[in-house]
Amino acid sequence: MRANFIFSEVWIGLRRNLTMTIAVIVTVAIGMALLGVGLMINSQISAMKDFWSDKVEISVFLCKKNDAFPQCKGSGGVSQQEQAALKAQIEAMPQVQGVEFENAAQAYANFREQFKNDTVMISAIQPGDMPESFRIKLKDPDTYSAVIDALKGAPGVSNVINQKEILDTFFGLLESLRWAALVVAIILVFAATLLIGNTVRLSAYNRRRETGIMRLVGASNLYIQLPFVMEGVIAGLIGGVVAAVLLIVSKVFLFDQVQRYLVSNNPLTWETVASVISLTMIIGVLICVLASFVTLRRYLRV
Amino acid sequence: MIHFDNVTKVYATQSRPALDHVSVDVDKGEFVFLVGPSGSGKSTFLRLVLKEERPNSGAIHVAGKDLARLSNFKIPHLRRRIGCVFQDFRLLPNKNVYENVAFALEVIGKPRRFIRKVVPEVVELVGLEGKAHRMPDELSGGEQQRVAMARAFVNRPMILLADEPTGNIDPATSIGIMKVLDRINRTGTTVVMATHDAAIVDSMRKRVVELEDGKIVRDQSRGVYGQAY
Repeated sequence: MRANFIFSEVWIGLRRNLTMTIAVIVTVAIGMALLGVGLMINSQISAMKDFWSDKVEISVFLCKKNDAFPQCKGSGGVSQQEQAALKAQIEAMPQVQGVEFENAAQAYANFREQFKNDTVMISAIQPGDMPESFRIKLKDPDTYSAVIDALKGAPGVSNVINQKEILDTFFGLLESLRWAALVVAIILVFAATLLIGNTVRLSAYNRRRETGIMRLVGASNLYIQLPFVMEGVIAGLIGGVVAAVLLIVSKVFLFDQVQRYLVSNNPLTWETVASVISLTMIIGVLICVLASFVTLRRYLRV
Repeated sequence: MIHFDNVTKVYATQSRPALDHVSVDVDKGEFVFLVGPSGSGKSTFLRLVLKEERPNSGAIHVAGKDLARLSNFKIPHLRRRIGCVFQDFRLLPNKNVYENVAFALEVIGKPRRFIRKVVPEVVELVGLEGKAHRMPDELSGGEQQRVAMARAFVNRPMILLADEPTGNIDPATSIGIMKVLDRINRTGTTVVMATHDAAIVDSMRKRVVELEDGKIVRDQSRGVYGQAY
């Protein structure tokens, strides 16, 4: 096998079909980049889910004096007995892993910590404005409905907020983004396959003289087909490199920027990006090889 | 060397067989003319030897190999032992004489040192010494056919198939082509030549196999093109 012969054939083929080659590179690049973005969103979703599943709580806010919540009207705030009864009721529930009481001072400290850059908010809110609450941690965050139903409307409870529901909305948004990226990626991969098939067919037609002679003098099938397959592989590889650049750009300018607005310390790691890039490269090249071989079987009789 | 035993070939688009129960033997080192009108089955015969087509019935042996039992994977190896020359030369227009001949060796993976040694020898054998760097369009038809013969012979095949090699060439030049084929035959290579050219067949006085409507109607050693002509 003479490598320089094959590579000169490949080079001639790529140059003769320059426009088709560019089309292949662009579709492979965009298709693979979208596939990669989908995979990156996917890994972000699972990392964030892991992070949040330890932290999601059900907050049971208690009435304070002159509270505006209808449940609290005229109660003058939660009484000691009501508070104790609630605690006992929560602890008796089988789904509950643990419960913590957060008094107004702690709530205010947490609030100050969360809004430390927002002086207007901090100056507007006094420690007395913060409600007391029970923070319930569940054994399984998905079994919240019974707990919430039981506590909503219990005496002394102003409101029950399930963090999981808020998060679910957010994750739902991320998941539809991921599916959108993957669907577009699949369509582009399909288009890339057809384009590669067409490029190889044009190449085979352009070089039918050479391949005819090669067949006659007894060149092996591999030797005849390899230049065409290599054309597809090289176009696919270049597309893969462009996709890798797009993925790195999207990590730096999209994922890392979004990350700053999210309260979670699991940014997209470079290891994840690297494995996504290598996966998309492998898929890209595989698609090119398969498309080339299938087309050659039809258009290059050996 | 070539052994056809009761071979029939029918093309899918035609009802009449292209070859009809043909049995013929060509021995090692023979020179055989395959004659007959167009459509009599000469080209089909050559294509069957190369296993470009498969017979519908009958057995074909080439160079000791049963073609029916030769796997697709091994076909290239069969073809390396068979050289081919055509009426339309089939040269690569963007390669010069030397490169055209060397191409046949390159694509079967011969080492470059071997190619550099062998190609000039063969170019000389076909009478093109000093023209190795000409492009095909700078050569006459006869010279182009000599390049094609050099390419067919450079790998020292056991068999050389020639499909109307003088079909596009004037009679005077044809004599030169026949001399080269005769020279190749003298090296021990079996030559099978399909032709319409009565003058050439008559002058060479070699074995003649005549086909008509896919049947062998005459097989004559030291024959002529045909009594009717």
